[in-house]
Amino acid sequence: MAEPRIIVVGAGPAGTRAAEAVVKAGIRPIVIDEGRRDGGQIYRRQPDNFSRPYEKLYGTEASRAKALHDSFDALKGQIDYRPETLVWNIAGGQVWTANGHVQETLTYDALILCTGATDRLMPVKGWNLAGTYSLGGSQVALKSQAVSIGHEVVFMGSGPLLYLVASQYAEAGAKVVAVLDTSPAGARIKALPDLMALPSVLWNGIKLTRALKKAGVPVHHQITPVEIIGDAGSGVKGVRFRKASGAERTIGCDAVAVGYHLRPETQLADLARCEFAFDPGTHQWLPRRDADGRATTQGVYLAGDGAKILGARSAEASGKLAALAALCDLGLPVDGGEMTALRRDVATYAKFARGLAKAFPWPAQQAAALPDEAIVCRCETVSAGNLRAVMRETGAIEANRAKAFSRVGMGRCQGRYCGLAAAEIIAAEAKIPVEQVGRLRGQAPVKPLPIAIGEEG
Amino acid sequence: MSGRFVRLGETERPPVTLHVDGQPVTALEGDTLMVALLSAVGTLRSSEFGDGRRAGFCLMGACQDCWVWTELGDRLRACSTLAASGQRILTSQPEPTWPNLG
Repeated sequence: MAEPRIIVVGAGPAGTRAAEAVVKAGIRPIVIDEGRRDGGQIYRRQPDNFSRPYEKLYGTEASRAKALHDSFDALKGQIDYRPETLVWNIAGGQVWTANGHVQETLTYDALILCTGATDRLMPVKGWNLAGTYSLGGSQVALKSQAVSIGHEVVFMGSGPLLYLVASQYAEAGAKVVAVLDTSPAGARIKALPDLMALPSVLWNGIKLTRALKKAGVPVHHQITPVEIIGDAGSGVKGVRFRKASGAERTIGCDAVAVGYHLRPETQLADLARCEFAFDPGTHQWLPRRDADGRATTQGVYLAGDGAKILGARSAEASGKLAALAALCDLGLPVDGGEMTALRRDVATYAKFARGLAKAFPWPAQQAAALPDEAIVCRCETVSAGNLRAVMRETGAIEANRAKAFSRVGMGRCQGRYCGLAAAEIIAAEAKIPVEQVGRLRGQAPVKPLPIAIGEEG
Repeated sequence: MSGRFVRLGETERPPVTLHVDGQPVTALEGDTLMVALLSAVGTLRSSEFGDGRRAGFCLMGACQDCWVWTELGDRLRACSTLAASGQRILTSQPEPTWPNLG
């Protein structure tokens, strides 16, 4: 019998551990990754000619990052590794890839999607100004290029990344003007029972907050973002926000990093026709999967933050678990005890992730309060007022219908940065629960392709 | 305008020289095009929809806000393209755009 073809999409923590499990079973998987190097976003590797040590790049996660990179390096001769390659469609039982101008289709017996996450964004007036970056983007600048996104940086939003990146910037010598957190400090107390699922990770988080204080960085809790101010030509000049007391304040800066935790990249699962379900804890639509990562589409497996935001540690466990499930379904022998242990690990990480969602809640209420002139879609400069007017004119209250009429979600990012907020705006305007708005369908190509793409000649 | 990004280390790399809107810009080997440009200038492109200049957003190839152009007209995603000596980059779209707001 021919060796089954297993394709792993993504070479971050989930993809690396999935590929490793497949190799261990004696099969050579195809590993397709958009990055120039492995590691994903969280353990993104700096270019070859950079010299900062692991401790400096990854802090408390240095040994995990190194272990993951070493594992991937050890796999290199045993996998068909395709870096800088985009999977832009899944259709007809085939994976469609693009590398530069070369396109290829691949069939598979098992497809393990480890597609990772991007920042989750809530628009604020002025976020289209040059100098506004996603929180994750600001971390990429530092981690993979050793630069700060500006001379004076404000970090705004919520989630564990807010404190992590702000403290990494301060430690690297960047000027951090302030950390503005939308979540109330009290939420963290309520989340404690869940956060205690991983005491060492919780402790790392507490240490970050203390380090910021020690570095003299002002941290404001329970703020409401009002506006990123600046001008259309030269970009950001400051941030206006409302303090918990109700008083408004303006802080000068030339860069803002904004983010509200993460959202999974689910377009490929969608194109593979996996069923989705609404997750009320995070207000996100997620592909359905069983405890081992089996999607509702046969032969498709989901792991890591691309399936649900559970963090990098969980991604390593769920990546391996999904690969073992795939091997098992292909009739290969797997260690049942190992799968049980991995399921238990993932359950612990899931409890911690529930705690994070409670401690740093998605500020859905901001969508209703967003002024009409605020841009919702940065790609095509569609304002909240445009979206609301389209709803009034057409009665569109379903995500894809509202997109068709307003173009919110139709631009070059394909709704990655506006889709979740647009759904909240529609829900608030129509006075319906956000799950009734539905979700934006994934469309191929999931990212822009060059017009001159073709088969290899 | 002076640069938007600030280098915090790793500055002992060999230089590369590229041209941005006709002006020579010195960057470092291993820089992405985005870092090479924004270490020297403030923005990367203009929004086609009339709301001003842009300087990228996500830095991970997801938002497509950092497109720049070569003088030959090829479009490059600045956050995922490496800077190289001899590149001739434009921060204005060479083909016509369709501003729809005025």
